[in-house]
Amino acid sequence: MELVVNGEPRSVEVEPRTLLVHALREGLGLTGAHVGCDTSQCGACTVLLDGRAVKSCTMLALQAEGAELTTIEGLGGAGELHPIQQAFVEHHGLQCGFCTPGIILTAADLLSRDADPSDQAIRHALRGNLCRCTGYQSIVESIRAAGAALREGAVR
Amino acid sequence: MIPAPVRYARAHDLAQALELLAEPDAKAIAGGQSLIPVMKLRIARPSLVVDISRLELRGVDVRDRALHLGPLTTWDELLGAAAIQRPALAAIAECASGIGDFQVRNRGTIGGSLAHADPASDMPAVLLALGAALRLRSPEGERTLPLADFLVGPFTTALGAQELITDIVVPLPARGSGSAYVSVEHPASGFALAGAAALAGAGEPTIAVTGVSGQPFLLPAGEDPGEALKAAEVFGDRFANAEYRRELVAILARRALERALERAEEDR
Repeated sequence: MELVVNGEPRSVEVEPRTLLVHALREGLGLTGAHVGCDTSQCGACTVLLDGRAVKSCTMLALQAEGAELTTIEGLGGAGELHPIQQAFVEHHGLQCGFCTPGIILTAADLLSRDADPSDQAIRHALRGNLCRCTGYQSIVESIRAAGAALREGAVR
Repeated sequence: MIPAPVRYARAHDLAQALELLAEPDAKAIAGGQSLIPVMKLRIARPSLVVDISRLELRGVDVRDRALHLGPLTTWDELLGAAAIQRPALAAIAECASGIGDFQVRNRGTIGGSLAHADPASDMPAVLLALGAALRLRSPEGERTLPLADFLVGPFTTALGAQELITDIVVPLPARGSGSAYVSVEHPASGFALAGAAALAGAGEPTIAVTGVSGQPFLLPAGEDPGEALKAAEVFGDRFANAEYRRELVAILARRALERALERAEEDR
């Protein structure tokens, strides 16, 4: 199947039953999308599908044929962090880091719709992302700061 | 976990989708937010999944005094629809905003949820209260079923094996109406321990409940919700026994009714 991943046309061979997350990890070597559960609850596998946050463990790879995907590997530029990643570094938004790619991509979708979300809106958007280090307070602060950085970037 | 081996076919139009569904163990897939989780656990092992997600059955519009919801409309698209931003239809967004989570609402569709018929799913209560009907298409032709007749039991509907939902039709409530949805969620799963939807303000109020029995159902018209629920069949499980659920859902029904009446004031 053909799809566009992080701006590049890619081709990957999959079984019909292959979940998108396995096509990314094992087929394309993009291991930033993590598998944290078996039940579609943890959100560690979140990627952007045509700009929207989706759980790549809850889609067949074939359903993404022809779509544009962004994984954590492609969010920033070559060798540089995306403003959301930078905000997570500065505001201690990660501890073990396992849930972080999914959380950052969820945040990317949220901030693309509303660059100045309330804390309540941030927490509502994070409902589908579990952090077992329970660092939610710092995660919310990181996303708030990322929103501010993106707004500043847009003004500049 | 990884689903059991399955074949995949993408339908390019409705006729082709119905034809593909002739295979006995075929299953239609749209957003997959209910089907893929059960395929991963191998509770569902279809021989063929028919991907209907690219059919032209999405979108929200108002025509012929009714709101038409395309079954492939995602929860996220529904939330952004201008047509539902009115007091009489406020229950729809109120309910949709709490379904699943952000990622699930980006993929999951309203038609898929109705066809899956989880007894604790939220939106059926809202659509029952609003008097919705479903247009269904099979190779034999088209039929229209009130949602109350479509929902048969837990994970069971009147949908034929070779039949698809093509439209969800909500009659526009009379001026001076308001609607509301209130639920108490299980904190881990997010599904309703109990939920209630009401439409009120013009004429006799209608109230429907979910999460408390085999399928969401309408309360008898003209009765106090608490009285009506005394006679209803209500189940208990390890999260909430039947007695607790019955009391909880009666309180939620009253709150939904009160909120619907408040909103009706805004529609005058």
